[in-house]
Amino acid sequence: MSAITITNLTKKYGALKAVDNMNLTIDKGELFALLGLNGAGKTTTIKMLTCLIQPTDGDAVLLGDSIKGNPNAVKQKTNVSPQETAVAPNLTVLENLEFIAGIYGQNVEISRASAKEMSSQFGLDDVLSKKAKTLSGGMQRRLSVAMALISNPQILFLDEPTLGLDVLARRELRASIKQLKNKVTIILTTHYLEEAEELSDRIGVMTKGRLTAVGTAAELINQTGTANLEDAFITLSGGEL
Amino acid sequence: MKILLFARRNTKEILRDPTNLFFGLGFPLVLLFLLSVINSAIPAEANNTMFSIENTAPGIATFGTAFFALFSGMLLAKDRTTTFLMRLFASPMTAKDFIFGYTLPLLVMAAVQGVITFLAAAILGLPLSVNTLLAVLVVLPIAVLFVGLGLLFGSFLDDKAVGGICGALLTNIAGWFSGTWIPLDLIGGVFKQTAEVLPFYHSVEAAKEAIRGNFTEIMPHIAVVLGYAVVFYAMAVFAFYQKMKSDKG
Repeated sequence: MSAITITNLTKKYGALKAVDNMNLTIDKGELFALLGLNGAGKTTTIKMLTCLIQPTDGDAVLLGDSIKGNPNAVKQKTNVSPQETAVAPNLTVLENLEFIAGIYGQNVEISRASAKEMSSQFGLDDVLSKKAKTLSGGMQRRLSVAMALISNPQILFLDEPTLGLDVLARRELRASIKQLKNKVTIILTTHYLEEAEELSDRIGVMTKGRLTAVGTAAELINQTGTANLEDAFITLSGGEL
Repeated sequence: MKILLFARRNTKEILRDPTNLFFGLGFPLVLLFLLSVINSAIPAEANNTMFSIENTAPGIATFGTAFFALFSGMLLAKDRTTTFLMRLFASPMTAKDFIFGYTLPLLVMAAVQGVITFLAAAILGLPLSVNTLLAVLVVLPIAVLFVGLGLLFGSFLDDKAVGGICGALLTNIAGWFSGTWIPLDLIGGVFKQTAEVLPFYHSVEAAKEAIRGNFTEIMPHIAVVLGYAVVFYAMAVFAFYQKMKSDKG
């Protein structure tokens, strides 16, 4: 059963088509990786699917609700971890988690319980009373993802969640994301091809606003006749090997 | 519910920053005590009431609210530039939740700051009465104006630019044109005319009239302040709506 159905989704800025006539269906529980060079249209796509910006044309239906027709319903069942670490710096880890749980409608008791569950799941138990700004980059990013999950979203958008993290922090965060597979529908954008290959069920490649290929890593490699995903990605992005 | 949650978060963000505490509370009190020391050094036979506590307390109470432009602007600008606001825009929060959530805590803080300033002034000799409470309320419209200006600048500029405009430029303009540091009649000319067009002087005068108990004299001054507050707060709300609709977060 599909969680996301995207039909002719387009976003124009003047003459520039940031996203050009995208059509895509993502199944429930699927982890879909969206790849592309800088400016390919990945973040614009996520912004449209999270109702942050209106499409110029086309539509997307998320679990039965249109992003154009019923954005409030879409917002209730989705959440996003933005590209940069988006935490309240002077709030403690616990306060950050409880705050997000609260604005998604959880009462004080449920917010507290959810915060404890998320902190346990993301290894934040030891820093619950620390201000977010005092955490390392890796821990802040973990908190950011935990804040995206605390509302129990049915669809989760992770926009380059491991960007700028060291190898160890990246590995730990990937392990956390892996645990979510088949429980939550996830759209992940990343520049790390090994991350996409390791985590995703399917991969979409965007080039200059267009979704140029969709398939498993093996299918993309076969389709391009290349030796690995990196070569396949370069070929699909219009680069030369 | 969401407004209160967001207001509580904003209160914590502001009050947990020691710099904010200094400028919001400490600095106005330091100025009040300094002007009091200057006043006590003026010989009684000079008959100069320029720095009498009845004149300086309303001025400092008004000037202190200028820092709320800095607080609201910096908070919004930081929320924007760290994409924290993008996370919240993707949540079920509405524009109303954001606007009131940013504004309410700062107005409460402005009222508390006013109470503390007048209590400190009482220690320095200002007689306390119901009129003092009225003076605290009379200062609130200028606080709305400053919060609005902060939100307006915070919607477009980064925190460094907001710091420059609201922290340095606006506080100086508000201070000098309020007539607190130097009475406007002493300078006169274009400076006085400009000050009378701007809201800062009128806010101070309204607070002075409140303390004197000249209630009929309050409205003409407060009307000017309210006019500015309504216009600039409306501009801030419009700017914030536009930001919500744009893709820049």
